[in-house]
Amino acid sequence: MRYALLINERPGAYDGLTADERAAITAEYVALMKDERMIGGERLQPAETATTVRIQGGRTLMTDGPFADTKEIFGGFYIVEAEDLDDALELAARVPAARLGGSVEVRPLVER
Amino acid sequence: MLEEIFRDQWARVFAALVSYTGDVDVAEEAAQEAFAVAAERWARDGVPDNPGAWLVVTGRHRAIDRLRRDRTHADKLRLLDRPEPGEEVTMDESALPDERLELFFLCCHPALADEAQVALTLRALGGLSTPEIARAFLVSEETMKRRLTRARDKIRAAGIPFGIPREHLLPARLEAVLSVLYLIFNQGYGDGRADLAAEAVRLTRILVELAPGEPEAAGLLALMLLHDSRRAARVRDGEIVLLHEQDRDLWDTGRIEEGQALLDRALARGARGAYVVQAAIAALQTEEPIDWPAVAALYDRLRELTGSAVVELNRAVAVAEVEGPRAALAIVDGLGLDGYRYFHSTRAELLRRLDDTAGARAAYRRALELATTEAERRFLTRRLGEL
Repeated sequence: MRYALLINERPGAYDGLTADERAAITAEYVALMKDERMIGGERLQPAETATTVRIQGGRTLMTDGPFADTKEIFGGFYIVEAEDLDDALELAARVPAARLGGSVEVRPLVER
Repeated sequence: MLEEIFRDQWARVFAALVSYTGDVDVAEEAAQEAFAVAAERWARDGVPDNPGAWLVVTGRHRAIDRLRRDRTHADKLRLLDRPEPGEEVTMDESALPDERLELFFLCCHPALADEAQVALTLRALGGLSTPEIARAFLVSEETMKRRLTRARDKIRAAGIPFGIPREHLLPARLEAVLSVLYLIFNQGYGDGRADLAAEAVRLTRILVELAPGEPEAAGLLALMLLHDSRRAARVRDGEIVLLHEQDRDLWDTGRIEEGQALLDRALARGARGAYVVQAAIAALQTEEPIDWPAVAALYDRLRELTGSAVVELNRAVAVAEVEGPRAALAIVDGLGLDGYRYFHSTRAELLRRLDDTAGARAAYRRALELATTEAERRFLTRRLGEL
């Protein structure tokens, strides 16, 4: 089955880390990309760069920033091909954000 | 008679059909249909020698029929790679695989909400009907039906596996199963609903049978039996009776002996987990006189394992017997358990022993506000009146 691992980061999770520590975490993300179960993944630019679009009464409304002001910010995703949910959850637990005050949401994809 | 057979067979038949169809919904429907056919036919022709196999094979036919009617669904199922079930029910009972352990792990998967795990376990393994489960948890039938449907939908859509978890996941997953069973037991025990406690005991027995190498499962069964042995003595005239005031003639010695034997075996195998320790405490509490220093030491160990404030509260009760109420109160007052009724009733009892009547009165009143059952209320009201 295919799953999306939606990575939510705690803002400021990297504050106070040394350059070496940051590099080590980045290396973990890269290593995950090399797992045979990975179909793809992308990292998003910071939430400040987001623009949110809504159509109301036929007019396009745009707001600066992400759609919801939450404690965690959606920061990227992986798409994986896993045996079953246990398999996908195991990958999710290896995403650094999960232990750095963030979380990883595991969502099955709609199979077409 | 038929009902008893059905109850005994349900879990195995349902497990076999989940395994065969790879889909909990199709399995549920097929199992229900197979049992309906059996009810009619067996009442007329008598029960076959191989009731379980008969039900499984009949259920397989029903599942295939349904999938033929509903091709869209069928494409998604593993069923189509399966050999067709035979036309005749020739399979004997011994050839029937027992996949109830896999079913335990499925129903208690941590990706499901706790309340859904409990409901699914009672439905799939206990064979309880949706209205029965709804009544047990004091929710409407509609709510329970939705809860079960949502859980089944998630199992399918999220790909929750039917199988024995991978080696490195096993300890945590077994713990999840045990905690669901204990929850069911406590729901029955706390509210004095014997049927639910008995169901938890029955299911835990099955688990112990299926996983004989797991001493914590045996520890949980021992804990349930030892607690349950005192059931008849816990309430008198609609009022809670404290351990030291219980009529020991009302205790079920058969259950105590069985619990003790299970506990001894688990201890001999080096098990020292939370359920085994709690069972050891329950066993000590059935002895006369109670070895309070040993009870306090076991609560120490349990505190290391769980870090729970409720455990600390229980340890304080043992400390009161060993070192006196003042030492116990010092422990209790350091716990932030203001919303917990036993915190206040324990404090009240300690304050009463220290002759602080005003303090005891206030604590009993607070416990009364938080009491959940009539039997508790009566007990607390009487204590308050005695001050």
